[in-house]
Amino acid sequence: MKFTEEHEWLRDEDGVTVVGITQHAAEQLGDIVFVELPEPGTEVSKDDEVVVIESVKAASDILAPLDGEITEVNEALTDEPGKVNEDPMGDAWFFKIKAAEPSQMDDYMDEAAYQDFLG
Amino acid sequence: MSDLETTPLTALHRALGAKMVPFAGYEMPVQFPAGVLKEHLHTRAAAGLFDVSHMGQVIVRSGESHESAAAAMEALLPVDVLDLPEGRQRYGVFTNETGGILDDLMLANRGDHLFLVVNAARRDHDIAHLRAGLPRCRIEEIKHRALLALQGPKAEAVLAGLVPGVASMRFMDVGVFRSDHGELWISRSGYTGEDGYEISVGAGEAETLARALLAHEDVAPVGLGARDSLRLEAGLCLYGHDIDTNTTPVEAGLAWAIQKVRRLGGIREGGFPGAERILDELENGPTRRRVGLRPEGRAPMREGTELHAVAEGGDPVGKITSGAFGPTLQAPMSMGYVPADMAREGTRLYGDVRGRRRPVTVTPLPFVPAGFKR
Repeated sequence: MKFTEEHEWLRDEDGVTVVGITQHAAEQLGDIVFVELPEPGTEVSKDDEVVVIESVKAASDILAPLDGEITEVNEALTDEPGKVNEDPMGDAWFFKIKAAEPSQMDDYMDEAAYQDFLG
Repeated sequence: MSDLETTPLTALHRALGAKMVPFAGYEMPVQFPAGVLKEHLHTRAAAGLFDVSHMGQVIVRSGESHESAAAAMEALLPVDVLDLPEGRQRYGVFTNETGGILDDLMLANRGDHLFLVVNAARRDHDIAHLRAGLPRCRIEEIKHRALLALQGPKAEAVLAGLVPGVASMRFMDVGVFRSDHGELWISRSGYTGEDGYEISVGAGEAETLARALLAHEDVAPVGLGARDSLRLEAGLCLYGHDIDTNTTPVEAGLAWAIQKVRRLGGIREGGFPGAERILDELENGPTRRRVGLRPEGRAPMREGTELHAVAEGGDPVGKITSGAFGPTLQAPMSMGYVPADMAREGTRLYGDVRGRRRPVTVTPLPFVPAGFKR
């Protein structure tokens, strides 16, 4: 699993990359009440805003960590946004992306580096 | 947060694991470990305990009789202060010469004096405003008392366990009670739409009182986050957001707080700052009004969102002043100002969210019915 400085996690699964937010991010955001997901099939560039999350405090964006195509989104979050607080590292993934440049993954932190980054 | 003021409960908030934030010059708990949603729902289901010690507590005394302090106050706000019975409190607003709102406040008749509770961010302004406007009255800022709010359907049973006399109070009654925690100044009121009490307690006794209340299984600590979602569901204004010097009480839907004796044809008609505009708006209607708005879908439409009459093109017709997700409503909710001819219930408007116009419907306030004990 890899981690971004935007507190996203990336996990390889059958040739696509599953993307979610970390436990730390979910705790910082507070209770999440709304999730807006992209359309599957959307072509995205790294750092495009692809997901909008609203917590009880504020709105925030999730950026595409890689260039590629969104292949699948976790529709369950639309009806139950609170799942992101309950299981951010597991069931509450946001989308799957087919990377155009898999080497972009190399730029991201492993778990030990992410823990250091959190300090 | 070293240059921020603390309240007599700051140490308790920290001990309870609160997340502290700067608010109106104070270090205040925005949420406790339970989180905003659970704190909100707990308040509606049982009872929530809030620290509102940052709010200003002010006593206004006349040199002669209570009568003259009350009469003097009427020059500053469009409220019937003279007829407010002893032991009762009333909501009001200080207005300026153009009819704008300088602050909103609670005002109680406590026999030989008036007791005011004003917004934290406006306290210094309000005290200067009172001193300038009421030169023959004595204005005393109460600095060594905390203010707690116990809100929710279990508030009466819980507080009556410590202070038996409070059970028979009606909504907006005020009283002074002796207790194990010293002299308590209690009103049956709040800012959540629920039944409950606001309790002024000596700074030295505040923590033991808060701990005694929290020891009850029905009581949980609640932070500013849930306080905001609770008041918004209740359709209540937040100063600096829904009301300010650019909004009049009539535009803000607060005409109910202006009693007949201060209106045209009343025995003490006018005589407050901005009377010309406010009395005209009471007769002929304002050009814009504060309304409740229900966005379609689940996305909250937040403060600052521009409102449009049509789905594409045209200039904005209004703006959202408060918006959040309502945990009890289970839907997003907003308040904002729209032209008077678009303020009718059911009117469809469009809010600009991240470049997309999303439909909203004008809805009666409150969003969640109030549970006051009348």
